[in-house]
This record gives sequence, structure tokens and C-alpha cells, in this order.
Amino acid sequence: MKPDRLLKWFLYGYLGLVFVFIFSPILFSIIFSFNSDRFPTIPLGGFTLKWYETIWQDPDVWEAARTSLLVSFSVATIATFLGFTTAYTDYRYRFKLKPLYLALILLPPTIPLIIMALAMLAWFAKIGLSGQVFSIIIAHTVLTAPFAMAIIRLRLSQMDESLEAAAWNLGANQWRALRRVIIPFCRPAIVSSFCLTAAVSFDEFAIAWFISGLNKTIPVVILEIVTGNIDPQVNAIGSFVFLTSMTLVIIAQVVLMTKNKTEKENHD
Amino acid sequence: MTDSLVEFDSVVKKFGDFTAVERMNFTIDEGEFVAIMGPSGCGKTTTLRMLAGLEQPSEGEVRMQGRVMNAVPAHERDTPLVWQSLALFPFLNARENVEFGLQMRGVDAATRRKRALDWLDRLEIGEFAERDISSLSGGQKQRVALARSLVTEPKILLLDEPLSALDANLVIRMQSMLTRLQRELGITFVYVTHSQSEAFAMADRVVIMSRGRIAQIGTPKDIYRAPDNRFVAEFVGRNNIISGKIKSSSGKSVLINGSLGDFKVSLGGRAKPSPGDEGSFVIAADLVHLSSKKPRAGNQIECSLISEEFIGSVVTLFLEARDGSEFKVQIQERELADMDLKHTGKVFVSWDPERAHYIGAD
Repeated sequence: MKPDRLLKWFLYGYLGLVFVFIFSPILFSIIFSFNSDRFPTIPLGGFTLKWYETIWQDPDVWEAARTSLLVSFSVATIATFLGFTTAYTDYRYRFKLKPLYLALILLPPTIPLIIMALAMLAWFAKIGLSGQVFSIIIAHTVLTAPFAMAIIRLRLSQMDESLEAAAWNLGANQWRALRRVIIPFCRPAIVSSFCLTAAVSFDEFAIAWFISGLNKTIPVVILEIVTGNIDPQVNAIGSFVFLTSMTLVIIAQVVLMTKNKTEKENHD
Repeated sequence: MTDSLVEFDSVVKKFGDFTAVERMNFTIDEGEFVAIMGPSGCGKTTTLRMLAGLEQPSEGEVRMQGRVMNAVPAHERDTPLVWQSLALFPFLNARENVEFGLQMRGVDAATRRKRALDWLDRLEIGEFAERDISSLSGGQKQRVALARSLVTEPKILLLDEPLSALDANLVIRMQSMLTRLQRELGITFVYVTHSQSEAFAMADRVVIMSRGRIAQIGTPKDIYRAPDNRFVAEFVGRNNIISGKIKSSSGKSVLINGSLGDFKVSLGGRAKPSPGDEGSFVIAADLVHLSSKKPRAGNQIECSLISEEFIGSVVTLFLEARDGSEFKVQIQERELADMDLKHTGKVFVSWDPERAHYIGAD
């Protein structure tokens, strides 16, 4: 009993430390974004919205935000579509070379980001697509589609195998069964995969930095500001990015979890 | 033959090297309640899935009303199936589930709604029409699944072990509901089950399958009293099977010599065994007479009592004969109480040769 409790508190403590290490820099960045002093020192200066006003008036930041939103929305749409179609082909069909097919799809996250970024840069330069918004979308889609596929595949694996056949049996052809049964069943996974891929793309720096050219995304702009000088407006942008990503991730989690909960009750 | 609805003509179904269904020939009449029964893996569900178009026969033809159905895809058939898992759509409520088939057939929203509600009412779950599937009980879900299949007014309804998830009380109630429904609608029910009690309680005809083949087709009573072969006799249960060599044959009856002596068995008509052949016969546990004193003559075996199984008014006694073979006897609990077997230990079982049923060697 006693060692068990000790272990439990030790693990809680460990978990707590992990959270502190992850979130304290972010928390401080948020705090300093409202600090009137130019340098992040303690004691803090007065409260100010100056840095937010600065970025609000900075056309570069606006431009980057617009690019980032466009990219992450397009990436989320394409990656979720690809993820769904791949997961469904895996679920529905048996074919030769299927392990190869799945390995190919799951490959991108195993490649180091820098290597992938360099490879993308070289490739896009070669085919004359470098520095375009379009190329960032392609690169990010390659990076995020595996996540979408994994989430939707998990959902499909929870589906009663008779469900699709039941739709056929009731007069739905394959296409209508897909639209009326498979997609509604996967909706929570589709929504959460959309949010997650959007969040990953919105945050992603390495690839974007290599191939964005003049169409900078938010993370690229942040780096440029940081390298130029020490400026608390970075904290303000950071807070904004953090808020966006967190919102997307939390939506994704909530959608997935509430659905699982109702289904668990349903099995009792 | 004229009003047969479904015909299986030399149907074979293979999955790779595995033959799930082997040369199946049988017909199902309009308005008939047919149960397909057998142990798991015998091919009964595959047979049902071929009817629904979810599997294509590897050889032979499946015909419905004379039309060859082999190449007709599932969604173009009118063969609704009640699934073992029910397969209700969890993201739709009860009424929307029932409407699904009508919607696929292009019925307009108002008519769809009315017909769905009518069916839910008919199955006594009208008040749950707008409820989520997850909030319904097992029996209510069962009724939604039935309504969903019947709302399109099919000629045939396929059922794949639909009651296997319900508790015993509910099974009895659902059985009588299904039988009543089938009589009222006058449509064909094809019911796959591994449960003998379900098949015998509801079906007009029972098809017993074993390893992809039909072991016997007949009324529940035929199957119970006159099994065609050893598999059926054992599968139905509570049967004693005795084998031996045919000693003599009179055309009407044979004398079988087994390790427990000679037994006279009447012949039903089909089998014509000749002396020297191997042969077996079945004597049902409830047709055996039990006594503590040796009967004067006739078929009899001396046994000792091993155990008894009490299931209410009827008791099954498990006896052991001289050669170690088991013998089952089913008698009324009241009768057993009068006999006081515990003291004697030895008992004699005997039976009328007319009651024994001859089966071939196999």
C-alpha cells in the first residue's frame, strides 16, 4: 500500500515537472507580451498593449498571418481528405503490396524535418515551384496527411463491420453507403483531424522557413524579428499563435472524447 | 415447386482453399419459415450472405422467383437482413434508422416518416421513435432492427442469429413475436441460428448443416425423431446411438449385433441394409423405459447410474453400460422420485423396437 502511494506521488510530481518545463516558457512569453519594458527582466514594468498595437499595425505580420491561415486551412482540407481516403481504402480493400502502400503513407513523420525541408526545397527549385504559397501547402500536406490518416483509421477500426454492409443491404450502393454511413460515423475523427493538421501546419517552422521564399508564414516572421533585435512584439505574436494552436488541438480532443464517451455508455 | 421463392442449385462457395459451402441444393417456398442450423463454421451464415448478395457463389446458381441472382449486387436486391450485431446506425435515431431503406428507394420524406412510425408502432416501440440508438435497451434495439428491415415490405426476411445477445426471457418473447409477425405478413423468413430451441420453436422446416453440406432438411419433428445420420442425431442431442453389425434382416426390421448384445430395430423405409453391413440406430433419451428389475425380454441394457441433471419437471440421467458407453435417459422428475434408484445402483433400460430409428453406418 505504502510504496504504491509513494510511487503514485512520485509519478504525479514527475508529470507536474514535465508540464512546468513545457508551459512555463509559454506562460512567461504571454506575461512579457503585456510588459512595458523592452527587456524581459523582473521586476516587471507596467501593463501595456503596445506590442500588440505594433504587430496590429505591421503589414508584414498581417501578410504572414494571411498566408499562414490560407496555408493551414488548405493543408487541413487536403490532408484530411487524403487521410480519409487512405484510411478507407485500407479498411475496405485487400490488395497485394498493401503493407508497402501503408508504409509509404506513414513514412513522412519518420524523416527528420530538416532533411525533408531540404529535399522539398531542392525538388521545388527543380520543378520551378519554389517560394510559392502553393509549395508550402504541398509540403505541409505531405507532413500532416499521415496524422489525419492515423486518426481516421482508428475511428474506422471501432466501427461494427456490418454497418456498411447493412447500408448496402438496405439499398444503398457503395457510394451512398460511404456518404450516408461511413462519413457520418467518422465525422468526429474527420473534424479532429482537420483541427490537428491545421494546428501542425500553422505552427510548422522548419519546412516553411526553407521553402516559403517571400510568402512568409507566421513562424518565419517570428524568427526574422528575433534575429533582427530583441523585441517583445515576438511575445505578442507568440501568444497569438499559441492561442490559435491550442484552440484547434483542444477542439480536436473534445470532439474525439465526447464521441467515445457516448459510445462506451452505449455498450453497457 | 411452382411457388418456390428461393432455389439453391449446386451452390459452392470457396474462400481461397477453404470450401465454406459444398454443392448445396435446396428450395425455400413462399411464406415459409426456414431455419438454417449448425455448429459455428458450418456455412450457415455464408449461405445467408449469398442470399443477401454479400457473397457471390463460386459455382452453381442462386435463384429468386426464377431469376438468377448470382451477379445482382446487394443493394439491388430486396433481401433485408437482421444482423447478429443489429448494425443499427449509431448516428441516427430510431425513426431515421427505420427510414434508411425507404430513403435509398427514393420515397419522399413525409411518406417515409409515416411508414417508419407505423412500423415502430406496430412493434410497440412508437414512443421511442426520436430516441438515440444508444439509449435503447437490447429488446428495443432488436425491434428497431426488425422495423428497419420490414419497412420496405420485402418478400423475404433474412435473420442472422438475431436473438443471440438477448437474455433467456426476452428470447422467448421475441420468438413468439417473430412467429406471429411471420404468420401475419405471410412472407418468407430465413433464420440462421446455432440454437436448436430457437429453430424448433419457430421454423416450419429446419436445414441442418455440417461442414458446408446439408446434413438434413425436414420439419423440426422429423429432425428430432428421425435423424438421417449420426451427425444430426448427435447435434440434436439427448439421443443414444448404438452401432454394430447387421445380423439378420427381415425387410421390416433388422437385428443389430453390438458390443452390448443384439437389438431389434424397425426399418423406416428408406434404408435397406443387408446382413454383414455395419449399421447404427438411435433411441431418443425420452423414449427409453427405465426399471430397477430386469425386463423379461426385448431390447435392454443393464447400466449403472453415473449422474443426473435436473432441469425442472424433467430429469436427464447419465448411465454407463457394461462396455463403458454412456446412455442418456430422460424421465419425469415425479417418476424418478417413485423409483428410488439410489439403493439399487443397477438399472435396466429397455425400449420398443418401433421407437428405435435406424441410421446408416457412417
